[in-house]
Amino acid sequence: MNKDTSNINSLENEAIYIMREVAAQFEKPVLLFSGGKDSITLVRLAVKAFYPAKIPFPLMHIDTGHNFPETIEFRDRLVKELGLELIVRNVQDSIDEGKVKEESGRYASRNMLQTTTLLDAIEEFKFDACIGGARRDEEKARAKERIFSVRDDFGQWDEKNQRPELFDMLNGQIEHGQNVRVFPISNWTELDVWSYIEAENIEIPSIYFAHKRKVFLRDGMIWSAEDDVVYRDENEEVIEKMVRFRTVGDMSCTAAVLSDAVSISKVVEEIRDSTISERGARIDDKRSEAAMEKRKQQGYF
Amino acid sequence: MEVLKIATAGSVDDGKSTLIGRILYDTKSLTSDKLEAIEKTSKQRGYDYLDFSLATDGLVAEREQGITIDVAHIYFSTKKKSYIIADTPGHVEYTRNMVTGASTSQASIILIDARKGVIEQTNRHFFINNLLRIKDVVVAINKMDLVDYSEDVYNKIKADFSDLMSKRDYQDQKITFIPVSALKGDNVVNKTDKMPWYKGDALLEHLEQLDKKDIYNVGTPRFPVQYVIRPKTEDFHDFRGYAGKVYGGELSVGDDIIVLPSKTRSKIKDIYFYDEKYQTASRRSSVTITLENDINVSRGDMIVKEGDLPTIDKQFTANVCWMDSNQLTVGGKYVVQHGVNKVLAKVDRINHKIHPDYSGFEKDVTGLNVNDIASVTFKLNKPIFYDQFKNHRTNGSFILIDTQNNNTVGAGFIQ
Repeated sequence: MNKDTSNINSLENEAIYIMREVAAQFEKPVLLFSGGKDSITLVRLAVKAFYPAKIPFPLMHIDTGHNFPETIEFRDRLVKELGLELIVRNVQDSIDEGKVKEESGRYASRNMLQTTTLLDAIEEFKFDACIGGARRDEEKARAKERIFSVRDDFGQWDEKNQRPELFDMLNGQIEHGQNVRVFPISNWTELDVWSYIEAENIEIPSIYFAHKRKVFLRDGMIWSAEDDVVYRDENEEVIEKMVRFRTVGDMSCTAAVLSDAVSISKVVEEIRDSTISERGARIDDKRSEAAMEKRKQQGYF
Repeated sequence: MEVLKIATAGSVDDGKSTLIGRILYDTKSLTSDKLEAIEKTSKQRGYDYLDFSLATDGLVAEREQGITIDVAHIYFSTKKKSYIIADTPGHVEYTRNMVTGASTSQASIILIDARKGVIEQTNRHFFINNLLRIKDVVVAINKMDLVDYSEDVYNKIKADFSDLMSKRDYQDQKITFIPVSALKGDNVVNKTDKMPWYKGDALLEHLEQLDKKDIYNVGTPRFPVQYVIRPKTEDFHDFRGYAGKVYGGELSVGDDIIVLPSKTRSKIKDIYFYDEKYQTASRRSSVTITLENDINVSRGDMIVKEGDLPTIDKQFTANVCWMDSNQLTVGGKYVVQHGVNKVLAKVDRINHKIHPDYSGFEKDVTGLNVNDIASVTFKLNKPIFYDQFKNHRTNGSFILIDTQNNNTVGAGFIQ
């Protein structure tokens, strides 16, 4: 096997190595699964890392309740097909318990609220490692994060005092109460993920492909008007467009892009030529220059 | 397409972040939304040029203070290669993060401010490059626009740097000098006409031509066992696979092997990568190996080829880069993580401290402070299986973990 000549293969080998380190170094790891392309890629890598054995940890979805229905349907099917355990914790429950307050108005989003639900779930299950699909190319605060990122008792990231991470050695030793966020695809770019999905023929939710959808325009972005999760002014007119989603987060903060890419190869082509970054369609990152960093300090993944 | 990892090093305000921003800008790797954000903030702050460091200094504290605190990983590609640049801090106090960024890189760029020339930090940066045995080093003499693109300034810095080069112990490094202006874009991605006296390549042209075979250290095959795979399912009832990554060389089906530390002999039966079987596993591939005999192998053990054993010992001497604010002292106990193997270690003696400006050794040292580099001898509670760092990057390096707070407090390079 001569796999070291290609970038995507070397990234795959690196990610598999990281997955195995998690399984070996931690007692209760979990894979954070949102149903998006990055966490679907993680599941694929985990399947490969432990073959022919099953993935030795469960998946967990922190459900904002504002997911695209296509994503949830896909999630449940994947878990069933692979015979995996799926834990779901709902942001709605945290709202009902009065732990977090729902935002209101034009830019209301449940994305921030996820953090509380996530931290509660980590405590409930005593997870010591949470594998996530974050990539360093996504956002400038993420570009700073280690592969094994230690979080304190409150899930907080101390960005100024990260552990040195040298060569391939991953130090997963933690104190009781701390947990580690693990990012096996840290070094992948958006294009790498898509190229991998294409090369491996991995199934993804239909929402990633161009389809006709009822939308409206605001701040130069295209918002889904298919249901009432996204706040819409009366004067914001609903139109029908061929769109696809580049990132599948909470519906309330994920904008669509105009596209006619109906296959993976077309999507890869489109991403290769794109002049806008993936996070350009995430409204919650635009709240301030340090939006992501602040969320991470509070325990966001 | 191959991926080349590069670390940058340079003192504060030498323009590392600007250089990277310039590369991204000139290779059209900045997306329009990111560029817009840079334009907006630069304007807000009243700058009359684009502040590219905004693209890489991702933390609030960094932007506040205008310095880089931790490594940022920046990605871009050309038609020839994919690049990952580790933008590392220049401040002495963040040396640990510089070592972090440089440890996984195959090439490095050391920046020098043309107005200041070779300064103490340059020594330190070159020393660390030398310590890590990075094969290709580019010395980018930056801010040439501020010294009238003077050939004399360039030659003077080159001569001063050559003085450093003569003192290093690792002679295989290839060092290339390039005069640049990151701010104006001279000799970064495109050749400039402002320095006709410079006949070499622009920075990116140079990187594009680096031959992968030259810059990777290959070494001999080592297979540290990460994880034992035992499915215990109907279909794979007796399956017992050893998952790990091949370091150095390659392993093939039928190879006679020895498992360390038990020194049990066996043969490689199958090599799996997911559900496919391969004849050979090449370096850095994360495969699963099965053996002919049913022997006991666990995480931390190492599979090596017969006749090619590493050193097996309960003590070793290494150059240690100390990274913690608490001192390393003689008699102190740490966890040594060597690959995936962890053992308890005691500092037996500090042989001497090394001055990173090549001015010599300091003997009779009782403790190491943060950012000190020293030759240290350790005693271990169990043997490890190591090579010298100069022969094997992976099997010759380790990290030190504080037993109290679990922090990674040092990096070591076995002599």
